[in-house]
Amino acid sequence: MSDANARISDIVNSNDVVLFMKGTPLFPQCGFSSRAVAILDHLGVAYDSVDVLQDMEIRQGIKSFSDWPTIPQLYVKGEFVGGSDIMMEMFEAGELQQLMQDAQVAKAE
Amino acid sequence: MAGPVQREMENLLEAAFSPLRLEVINDTARHHGHAGDDGSGESHFTVVIESAAFAGKSRLERQRMVNRALGDIPGERVHALAIKAIAPGDTA
Repeated sequence: MSDANARISDIVNSNDVVLFMKGTPLFPQCGFSSRAVAILDHLGVAYDSVDVLQDMEIRQGIKSFSDWPTIPQLYVKGEFVGGSDIMMEMFEAGELQQLMQDAQVAKAE
Repeated sequence: MAGPVQREMENLLEAAFSPLRLEVINDTARHHGHAGDDGSGESHFTVVIESAAFAGKSRLERQRMVNRALGDIPGERVHALAIKAIAPGDTA
């Protein structure tokens, strides 16, 4: 396992909800990342974010880690959920709320 | 007029999925000057595709199938790609 893989694995396993994104929740640098943040904020769950623009190793590594070529990427309890299209479809179907409930993730402060 | 990347995406998706419906929409103009706009005029796309190949597949699997069919286009040659993959008879 490469260093990047080990680091990513550590991040997704030590946080219940993690969003790998471009920019930060306050200052997203991409429309898709911005949409992903809006969905998580709307759900009111506590989450951590990783700004891939600040870390080239993770920016490249995350694509092979999940076999997914684009960012943002959402992980819940170590499992890859999807990118912003999937988040939006799941949110609209009520499935993302259910997933968060089933995973018993904490509410945002 | 469709640009070369758009045509390539259409050809790849057509070949991979024999879609009942295929729309490759170039959204680049809406993102002019935004991060990721590389000046090529082909940096942001939306794909709407309906194919029997997606029946019984999860959202994740459908998007993986589309991404795979497009090779190095998503994330590398095209900055942003929104994908809506539908199976015939899907409710939504």
